[in-house]
Amino acid sequence: MSVTGLTKLPVLMRFALIGVAAVLMPLMLAACGSEPPPAPAATAAPAAASEPASAPAAPESDTIKVGILHSLSGTMSISETAVHDAELLAIEEINASGGVMGKQLEVVIEDGASDWPTFAEKARKLLQEDEVSVVFGGWTSASRKAMLPVFEANNGLLFYPVQYEGLETSPNIFYTGATTNQQIVPAIEYLLEEGKTKFYLLGSDYVFPRTSNLIINKQLTAAGLEAVGEEYTPLGHTEYSTVITKIKAADPDVVFNTLNGDSNVAFFKQLKDAGITAEDLPTISVSVAEEEITGIGAENIAGHLVAWNYFQTTDTPENVKFVSAFKSKYGEDRVTDDPIEAGYFGVYLWKAAVEKAGSTEVAAVKEAAKGIQFAAPGGMVTIHNENQHVSKTVRIGTVRDDGQIDEIWNSGSPVVPDPYLDSYEWAAGLRELAQ
Amino acid sequence: MTTMSSIMTVVRNASAPVRMHDRIGSWIAPAIMLAVLLAAPAVLSDFRIALLGKFLTFAMLAVSLNLIWGYAGMLSLGHGVFFGLGGYAMAMFLKLESAGGKLPDFMFWSGLTELPFFWAPFKYAWFAIPMTFVVPAVLAGALGYLVFRSRITGVYFALITQALALIVSILFIGQQAYTGGTNGITNYTTIFGYPLNAPSMQLILYYASVAALVAAYLLCWWLISSRLGRLLVAMRDDENRVRFSGYDPAVLKTLVFSLSAGIAGVAGALFTPQVGIISPTMMGIVPSIEIAIWVAVGGRGVLLGAVIGAVVVNGAKSGLSESFPAVWQYFLGLLFIGAVLLFPSGIMGLLRGEGWQRPWWLSREQVRGAISRLIPGATR
Repeated sequence: MSVTGLTKLPVLMRFALIGVAAVLMPLMLAACGSEPPPAPAATAAPAAASEPASAPAAPESDTIKVGILHSLSGTMSISETAVHDAELLAIEEINASGGVMGKQLEVVIEDGASDWPTFAEKARKLLQEDEVSVVFGGWTSASRKAMLPVFEANNGLLFYPVQYEGLETSPNIFYTGATTNQQIVPAIEYLLEEGKTKFYLLGSDYVFPRTSNLIINKQLTAAGLEAVGEEYTPLGHTEYSTVITKIKAADPDVVFNTLNGDSNVAFFKQLKDAGITAEDLPTISVSVAEEEITGIGAENIAGHLVAWNYFQTTDTPENVKFVSAFKSKYGEDRVTDDPIEAGYFGVYLWKAAVEKAGSTEVAAVKEAAKGIQFAAPGGMVTIHNENQHVSKTVRIGTVRDDGQIDEIWNSGSPVVPDPYLDSYEWAAGLRELAQ
Repeated sequence: MTTMSSIMTVVRNASAPVRMHDRIGSWIAPAIMLAVLLAAPAVLSDFRIALLGKFLTFAMLAVSLNLIWGYAGMLSLGHGVFFGLGGYAMAMFLKLESAGGKLPDFMFWSGLTELPFFWAPFKYAWFAIPMTFVVPAVLAGALGYLVFRSRITGVYFALITQALALIVSILFIGQQAYTGGTNGITNYTTIFGYPLNAPSMQLILYYASVAALVAAYLLCWWLISSRLGRLLVAMRDDENRVRFSGYDPAVLKTLVFSLSAGIAGVAGALFTPQVGIISPTMMGIVPSIEIAIWVAVGGRGVLLGAVIGAVVVNGAKSGLSESFPAVWQYFLGLLFIGAVLLFPSGIMGLLRGEGWQRPWWLSREQVRGAISRLIPGATR
């Protein structure tokens, strides 16, 4: 049937129309989400155009634009949405208490969609189109590695909230999660002190577990030991009976678990089904926090160990406030955990640095950030003078039956970040290799 | 004599529905689009140009798929692999240039101490750049010959190519020491010694993408207007008749599949420096299906349709996700459903007045009423 009006147009016009429309449509679509071409003056970007309601733009901007870039769709959204929530909470709290330097924060939210090239695209958009002062975002190391060149080329500022494998210091990134000497290295030291000698290393097959195990192997060698097994499974792998058989055969004292995501659910369930309890064979996990425990099922992982810098049960006045604010905003059934906390205090660290600098200009903020402190829910955090990581307390805990974590050990005081492990003799040469 | 006339019948029958000789469609509309693309940097910001440059590499990829799907009837659900291989070949070159003679970072953290032998030649542009075409073309040629020789067609061919996507992406994720694993290969700073992120370099890459797209378009156009093109369409419509006419469809199909993969590879090579990363996510099953969606939305069997489909769908994807970061995927889903239900011949089909399908829940009168309200006098 040919009822469409377009068929009545001369053929030539029809094609001319589509040719132009095909190029313009996406650009117009894109434009309705962002502002008109930015003003040349770098500091006085016109006020928001994302909602027409705020249309009368003041000549001097009375807001500061900040970006949030996490995966709100795709496989990582289950973890990253909670961090996005925590960052929004911090921004709302800051706005409610008068903003930063008297200016309200205006958030531009983008979806990284669990796809690394998309992270790069959206980071570029936030920096070039929206001209945000800072971006809070990322989770996987892959997403950080994808964003890093964008932030360096555009001289942007990224606050990255998740523990990672270290061996990186970008001048444009602040790392508010733990580096290896604030999580993995002390966890191994703790286990060695507990008298464990036979370590089995199990991880997902990507950069974080691979690098962690490279470091752990060096550390074990220095202690005169050797891992009794090392096994990697693809991300998303869910069949662990073979691995569990291998683990049984190797008969380790402890399994050091760097599995990520869904694999943990399968691994712990199948470990329990195989009749192996935490008393028989304890595991220590570095990527399983309260949020993940909800998915694994507390009954499957109760009694096993985890290493982090923060638990929901951490006993500080700041944490009581934080947990209740988080729950009252997002629901009583929600939990907080380490990356959520790191996302939250990252916003406050940036605020403190901006106010000290009296400007949102990147170089000034970086300079002012040196040594900045904040009483975070997990204890005092301090930005390191050179490597832009933060000092934070290391905590090891056991999973309870209700999915919360009981702290059984902590480092006593915040541990100074050492991403290249320069202060460890056994790690000599890592810095040279990594740079 | 009989052979000759049967070929002529096949060729005549085959060429009719494709409308290859629709002059206006085949050169005026593309010329207008080209003019718009060339003028775009004058009005768009650096970021939007970089984005459009990326879409153009996707458009080239869609053209390569349209060549084999739209004309030869071979639906490849593994075209992301060929795109990815080209992208990786380029990324290897860029990474080695940026590493400045040292071991790329991901090799070190995967435990390698020296550069693998197959990486070494990629430090030379004269090797790496041709490889972006050769590697995918050879892989497709080898796979294609085995598949087509066994007379595997239709949905079975689609399944095999989909399996290829799965296998290659798992291989690339697993071999982290050689491929960068899940992270892919990223963080290259220069190309031929010039900073990659400079706006001028982005503009050069944009124009390079326009030029490559035009070249791919003309190549495909020439091909489908030639005798080979008619044979392709004939094979799509009745492979046995072509075989009985004395041609070997396996060889012809392998040839065109291989060429299509090579074009996809070059598109990937242009994608990598503009986006700054290539990762196995580009080679998985989902992106390969997306490519088919671009072609379907634009209009299968019309070269320009692929270009339009790729630019429109990706533009919508970026635009919608910027405007509605939390729910954009629903809109995109609606667009696809709409494309299938309302204009199954794609945007091109819609514009040519064919393939517009009345929604089943509306009567003919309701549609007419709606259109005449929108465009008075449009309906008779």
